[in-house]
Amino acid sequence: MNTPNSDPITLVVNGAPATVGVDADTPLLWVLRQTLGLPGTKFGCGIAACGACTVHLDGVPVPACVTPVSAAVGKAVTTIEGLRGAVAEAVQSSWAALDVPQCGYCQSGQVMSAVALLSANATPSDADINTAMQGNLCRCGAYPRIRAAIHRAAEALPTRQQR
Amino acid sequence: MKRRTFLLAGLGTGGALFLGWALLPPRQRLVGGTRPDTGGTAVALNGWLTIAPDDTITVVVPKAEMGQGAHTALAMLLAEELECDWARVRVEYSPIDKIYGNVSALVEGLPFAPEADGTLVRGIRWMMAKTARELGVMMTGGSSSVRDCWMPMREAGASARASLIAAAAATWGVAASTCRAEQGTVISADGRRLRFGELAALAVSHRPSEITLKAAAAFTVVGTPMPRLDSAAKSNGTATYGIDVSLPNMLYAAVVMSPFGATTAPSVTAAQMAQSRALSGVRAVVSLPGSHYGDPPALAVVAESWWQAHKAARALATATVAEASAVSTVTVLQDIRRTLRNDDGLPLRFFGGAKKVLAAASRTVDATYEAPYLAHATMEPMNATVRVSNDGAELWTGTQVPGYARAAVAHVLGLDEDNVTVHQHILGGGFGRRLDVDYIAQAAAIAKTVPNVPVQLIWSREDDMQHDFYRPATVSRLRAALDADGRVTAFVAHSAGQAPFKAYSKRVGFLLTQSGPDRTSSEGTWDQPYAFPALHTSHSETDSAIPVGSWRSVGHSHQAFFVESFIDELAAAAKQDPAAYRAALLQSHPRALRVLQLAAAKSGWGAPLEPTADGRPRARGMALHAAFGSIVAEVAEVSVARDGRIRVHRVVAAIDCGLAVNPNIIAQQIESGIIDGLSVALNGELVIEDGAPRQSNFYEYRLLRIDECPVIETHIVPSLDVPSGVGEPGLPPIAPAVANALFTLTGTRLRALPLRMPSEAAS
Repeated sequence: MNTPNSDPITLVVNGAPATVGVDADTPLLWVLRQTLGLPGTKFGCGIAACGACTVHLDGVPVPACVTPVSAAVGKAVTTIEGLRGAVAEAVQSSWAALDVPQCGYCQSGQVMSAVALLSANATPSDADINTAMQGNLCRCGAYPRIRAAIHRAAEALPTRQQR
Repeated sequence: MKRRTFLLAGLGTGGALFLGWALLPPRQRLVGGTRPDTGGTAVALNGWLTIAPDDTITVVVPKAEMGQGAHTALAMLLAEELECDWARVRVEYSPIDKIYGNVSALVEGLPFAPEADGTLVRGIRWMMAKTARELGVMMTGGSSSVRDCWMPMREAGASARASLIAAAAATWGVAASTCRAEQGTVISADGRRLRFGELAALAVSHRPSEITLKAAAAFTVVGTPMPRLDSAAKSNGTATYGIDVSLPNMLYAAVVMSPFGATTAPSVTAAQMAQSRALSGVRAVVSLPGSHYGDPPALAVVAESWWQAHKAARALATATVAEASAVSTVTVLQDIRRTLRNDDGLPLRFFGGAKKVLAAASRTVDATYEAPYLAHATMEPMNATVRVSNDGAELWTGTQVPGYARAAVAHVLGLDEDNVTVHQHILGGGFGRRLDVDYIAQAAAIAKTVPNVPVQLIWSREDDMQHDFYRPATVSRLRAALDADGRVTAFVAHSAGQAPFKAYSKRVGFLLTQSGPDRTSSEGTWDQPYAFPALHTSHSETDSAIPVGSWRSVGHSHQAFFVESFIDELAAAAKQDPAAYRAALLQSHPRALRVLQLAAAKSGWGAPLEPTADGRPRARGMALHAAFGSIVAEVAEVSVARDGRIRVHRVVAAIDCGLAVNPNIIAQQIESGIIDGLSVALNGELVIEDGAPRQSNFYEYRLLRIDECPVIETHIVPSLDVPSGVGEPGLPPIAPAVANALFTLTGTRLRALPLRMPSEAAS
């Protein structure tokens, strides 16, 4: 059998350490989906053009499809499966309340980008939303509801001063 | 709607319904030859639902959930009649069975105008319904899911409710007529209660000979904006698509496919094969012949991870030589334009001697429009997982046609269809792409080379975009004869382009539509509600090696742009307001007129518009279109930036889709149709050179993003008519609405898609 051409790599995914034996150039996306059994992060384009694979590295949204697994070493990887906290709860409950998803395939990525936005900016304007969400493509056209759900989540969260 | 009581024809008396599961008349749709999987303790009361002891109601749905909300809407139909607790309702895919075959889509697919209602037309529709029930083609498409299941789902719910009441009544020794069902419980006149979960096993032997459907006025579920059943799972990453299937020892496959028109796989030397097989993780490299299902000749790499398979496949793609192909959209379009000039298309609807009136007219309007090829570009790339064992095969995938998916696997593996099991998943987008089963046939051919091991084939985005069944490019010439007052005396439309449904029918082996006119090529011209004294619509089918298929709203996707732009040109020629002009043509079609008036009123049609924040003027444009039994009117507010960029600020839509089963999902689908339609109206164009598309990924095939998305309002016309389509009808009107707004704004009439305005600097 042909073996991977690199040493085992240790990651911290959703708060837990995980050691994987994969080729060093393997994108984080495929390690999450196929090696670690976390299929919530989706494959859409492979070139960071659609945002379906968005995960957080130390809280910053990145496209996992072009992030080599080696670049995630020493950073906290958060996927949709490991999303926790008040912002995540507000976003996901708004998403369900406004029926944002249609086919839903892009929505893990949309939720990851929205959580990152609201974690950094508690009261985003429409322009802020455009900037933060522009990289997340939705073929079903959930955009009006994504915008409304981000505003709704922002309203549900305590303001910056109260936090 | 009247309260309706009826007998389930031909079901006889006694316990035949449940005891003789498969021994029922072939054309009933309540109980099939295959019992739904009840997962142990649950009980199937008919082919459409099971009830578990804990009161969980599993609605068995034969339609794919691809975003359009069909699973929620169908569950609502059944739950309405069952009188169950909505919080206990879940949904599961049905097995493959004739009772789940799509009747509505085939009947609606006949080439008759929606309002045609003669004896002959009714007779042919009846025959087609009968044929459809016997063919039993399971298909999610043509915006038909709610229409198709409107009766069976409610009958199944009502029948189960009657059984549960009868079982409770027998337990208590009272007459069934004194008991009622409410929120998942049967209640007696003196207040005794039994839960559905307690009654289900007993209910099996109590079947009704007569069932009563609720009157629309009594609906408590249908007609309400119920939250979708799948929203939470699709917001937290737990929804499972075909691409998420994970099986023990599973291998992954990637492919290198030949260009359009090629008949051989890319040629590869023994040395290259050996080199590829030596790469990390690679288990097999195989050459595939392709099949009539549309999968082209190809090379496939099977490896331990998809990344390894993909890397090896990309290396092979650079090393191998593909068969030369001269197929290009430039020459295909030249051919279509040449065909159009002959003016001898197959007539689809004609009356009043329109061509003679046109030839004799002193004043005419004559315009030619064009629409390009389009890719589906579903967010979830094509994928399928197949395991071939010694005595059969299993398939895991998302498909709009599970029966054809099974047939494709059986065909490729030389198996009987009964030995192929299909596990259906939700779809990361369909839009018509997953009506085809090419990727499934290909996955089966690959899995055959590594028996007893599951193989998951995943196409890259580039594979997906470059091996699609495209919306055919179509060109149309529209002409109208006008009298001295500018009134139309004859309307003539002749289009040319490839026939998508005929091509599809040949791939999957659906005999009914492999010959004769393909109504989908020119639907949207001959089936519109405008009243003209003379009409002639025709279409010339062209041929090319470019694979074509059904793309959301199919012929309507381009014909609405042609017809509704031309109606606007006619209004301009008559020097009339476009809304008033359309209203005059719709006097004999009150349903369409109401939709038009609602959109006009809600959009503030005629009221002045403020300029944009950057000081650019705005204008409104309107379009109205009938498709899939529904009528939609849209008003778009548009401006053009200094650099020529077209900006759509607000779209107001009105729809009559019959009884609005779930207003929330209807609004969602109208938003979806508008955004999808706007995406391609502004950017969509698939260009093919040397047998391969020039566009390969989202940076070249641009789709609308959140910052370009307009504000959308949806208004629904109240109606008690049988529900009609919702998933597609919102798409066709947006391109002409925007083009018509651009004409009002700039005086420039754009007659080709995608819409492109010159930049002010350039002009």
